[in-house]
Amino acid sequence: MSTPTTHDLIIIGSGPSGYTAAVYAARAGLAPLVLAGSVTAGGALMNTTEVENFPGFPDGIMGPELMENLQKQAEKFGATIEWDDAVAVDLTGDVKTVETGSGETFTARAVILALGSAYRELGLENEKRLSGRGVSWCATCDGFFFRDKPIAVVGGGDSAVEEATFLTRFGSSVTMVHRRDALRASKIMADRAAGDPKLDFAWNSEVVDIRGEDQVTGVLLRDTVTGETRELDVSGLFVAIGHEPRTELVRGQVDLDENGYILVEGRSTRTNLPGVFAAGDVVDHVYRQAITAAGSGCSAALDAQAFLAEL
Amino acid sequence: MSQHTVTATDDNFQDVVLDAEGPVVVDVWADWCGPCLQIAPIINELAREYAGRVTFAKLDADANARTTARYGITAIPTLLVLRDGELQETIHGARPKRELVDRVEAILAVG
Repeated sequence: MSTPTTHDLIIIGSGPSGYTAAVYAARAGLAPLVLAGSVTAGGALMNTTEVENFPGFPDGIMGPELMENLQKQAEKFGATIEWDDAVAVDLTGDVKTVETGSGETFTARAVILALGSAYRELGLENEKRLSGRGVSWCATCDGFFFRDKPIAVVGGGDSAVEEATFLTRFGSSVTMVHRRDALRASKIMADRAAGDPKLDFAWNSEVVDIRGEDQVTGVLLRDTVTGETRELDVSGLFVAIGHEPRTELVRGQVDLDENGYILVEGRSTRTNLPGVFAAGDVVDHVYRQAITAAGSGCSAALDAQAFLAEL
Repeated sequence: MSQHTVTATDDNFQDVVLDAEGPVVVDVWADWCGPCLQIAPIINELAREYAGRVTFAKLDADANARTTARYGITAIPTLLVLRDGELQETIHGARPKRELVDRVEAILAVG
């Protein structure tokens, strides 16, 4: 099964960067094909609750609703959305090939990689085994199951604070476990955390083991200053220690930096391969916001448009 | 809800799932769970494609605490795969359709 026509542009990914690229490319008449993902459509914001900092929404907007709006906006201008995963690509030639999970092959003269990021794991032996058994990466999904139970959240950034604050609705206690003696989160989030009577903090602490047979019963913490260890009894462990770029698909074809992020030329979205552009979390390990991802998605569409006009 | 899935609850779980003929896949979900909504169309497709061979049931975690507690569910989406009332497999997290097809085929191959 393959489509006979070569598209102008395929966009892989459907977070803020992918859909914004689709809006701009569609309005430019490129009729982009968006591979939105079979189970990841909408990207990271699908796992959030209220987004308070996306410009233009003074009362905030729910993450999934924002993504649905972006999808509709892209479709309105002529983007086609496939609810499928890109599982193999050949990006090196003039005509790029993308194979999907359901076995279809699509071709295009230009590709935008808006592959996004995946949750970073702690890297502990018991983490995988107890995943879904008390270890979670999604507070909005799983917080409900820890009603009146003690919870720990690992991390010190905005996401960790957001998760911890949300989890106070459910847990009998919520302890933020952070490696340093102060949060890395933005001031508004750090202030909110500091003023929340339901939050406890384990400063200068890292999780070195997760306890439990069938369900999490606690964590072993090590003091990052003194090296002393102590047990903390919890039923739920929510991991919010950042993200890794999802670049496995393009490794070996597109140049990556030492951390796996796609390298782009200067302030553009151009990769080392002509006609291949990258946007969003897969490029950006500094800002990592919905609005910066959307901005770079816009840049990628304009870069792709300029590239196609030169052909 | 698609016409091919059935709704499981605490009250009808015995009838709809445990006493069902053939394998049953129970999709434990909730409307506040983004990934659950993301996989819902896949579950509907599978229910249609395997109609008559595999029962696909949807259980709302928000309203059916007895069943979620019984199976120790603390994360969703979770798929419970049962046959003759016995739990065969628990699948945590959102998985691509091709992976779910492989797992369903494996269950069908056994019986």
